[in-house]
Amino acid sequence: MANPDHLQYTKEHEWVLIDGDTATIGITRYAADALGEIVYVDLPKVGSSTSHMKICGEIESTKSVGELYAPMDGEVIEANTSLDAAPDTVNADPFGEGWLIKIRYTSLPELLSAAEYDAFTGE
Amino acid sequence: MLRTPLNAEHEKLGASFTDFGGWSMPVRYGSDLDEHHQVRQSAGVFDISHMAEIRIKGPEAASYLDYALVSKLSEVEVSRAKYTLICNEQGGAIDDLIVYRMAEDEFLIVANAANRHAVVVALVERQEAFSDVEVLDESDDWALIALQGPKSQGVLEALSAKDLSQAKYYSILTAQIQGVEVLLARTGYTGEDGFEIFVPEEHAGTIWRLLVDQPEVEPSGLAARDTLRLEAGMPLYGHELNLDVTPFEANLGKVIRFDKGGFVGREALEAQSGLTPEFRLYGLRGEGKRAARADYEMFLPGGDEPIGQVTSGALSPTLGYPIAMAFLDGKLELEIGSQLEADVRGTRISFEVVKLPFYKRGR
Repeated sequence: MANPDHLQYTKEHEWVLIDGDTATIGITRYAADALGEIVYVDLPKVGSSTSHMKICGEIESTKSVGELYAPMDGEVIEANTSLDAAPDTVNADPFGEGWLIKIRYTSLPELLSAAEYDAFTGE
Repeated sequence: MLRTPLNAEHEKLGASFTDFGGWSMPVRYGSDLDEHHQVRQSAGVFDISHMAEIRIKGPEAASYLDYALVSKLSEVEVSRAKYTLICNEQGGAIDDLIVYRMAEDEFLIVANAANRHAVVVALVERQEAFSDVEVLDESDDWALIALQGPKSQGVLEALSAKDLSQAKYYSILTAQIQGVEVLLARTGYTGEDGFEIFVPEEHAGTIWRLLVDQPEVEPSGLAARDTLRLEAGMPLYGHELNLDVTPFEANLGKVIRFDKGGFVGREALEAQSGLTPEFRLYGLRGEGKRAARADYEMFLPGGDEPIGQVTSGALSPTLGYPIAMAFLDGKLELEIGSQLEADVRGTRISFEVVKLPFYKRGR
């Protein structure tokens, strides 16, 4: 269950892909597996602002609700609307097609490397 | 944490585990939605060995159970079963039970794992006035395996070489599977046809592996079991039932029989039977995809004062919309079609009162 090396991570089990001033955000396989099969994803609206560690969305499985914490300050520029019809994509491909939102960030907090996140989750 | 005799089998199948009533139980093996659909469409097998089996034996067994439980067990025929409750003096539900009549003078009770101790203590206390009845906690001797789904009968007929077409719902019979003597009960907790198989503990792995190896069957975990029972409108102790809930509030007044002699809880229950219950259990159907989950508050449309709480809720895998059961103010006497709102983590979501169960299998 390797966490890809090219991504960075948060202790809230999110991954972050930085590309210029844009960050793509998703949840890790560890988080997706812990939630179980995801049946509903509530994402922030495009244009809304995010603040570091503030809840900006929800991910529901049949058994539980997971909160999505914004990993950084910024503005939502895209949300993965294909998840409305196929929320289980987050389980199937959490690091790829199951991405959640893109943020144009104004500041970046410290993030974990793949090795650090591995250590954090005890893998 | 307690483990069933099948724990190693679940490990081998890659299950995720959860704590359920002090037991480490498989919550899912892969996708809980797939496991749910598997049971509705073919067959799924569940380890429910955490449940308690208590045998009642002796010439006074039937009259003793008429006293100890709220139903009339003396009129249940041999090899038939009854869903019932064991209540305290105040009429609160200590547990919900299935009671199988094994012989004229012998019954087998299946109780919830978390209530094993409370049920055994209550049964032993109630035994005092009876000289000729034994209460035997056999929970550690039995593995209990549920095979649920429309293909269950065919699978078991092939494995037991027994015609099960005449086996009635809520009946129990003995069978041999690979030389192991088992009890096959046509009962379940999913809203599908199916069987609960009582296997001597030492043979649990043999029977489990045999079932899992059948092409029609997949192992299924507690997550699927919970969404299946919710769709079927079946109560889960700790959610729709507890010591503070009366049978009337849980829509289970029909299991109480007042046309028998004294029984524990009779006075309290008789007093309640004419009254409007404080709360009543309702079925609810939500709009959209967001589930109202246990303990979320319910309101009349636009209302500020909660009228009750959700007891269980999920996005129904079979129906595709949110379903919930909720205890709502008994005085409101809500009708089918009444519009309500749930507070889903700060957002009001519309819900409508619907008939229970949410799902009924085709016959």
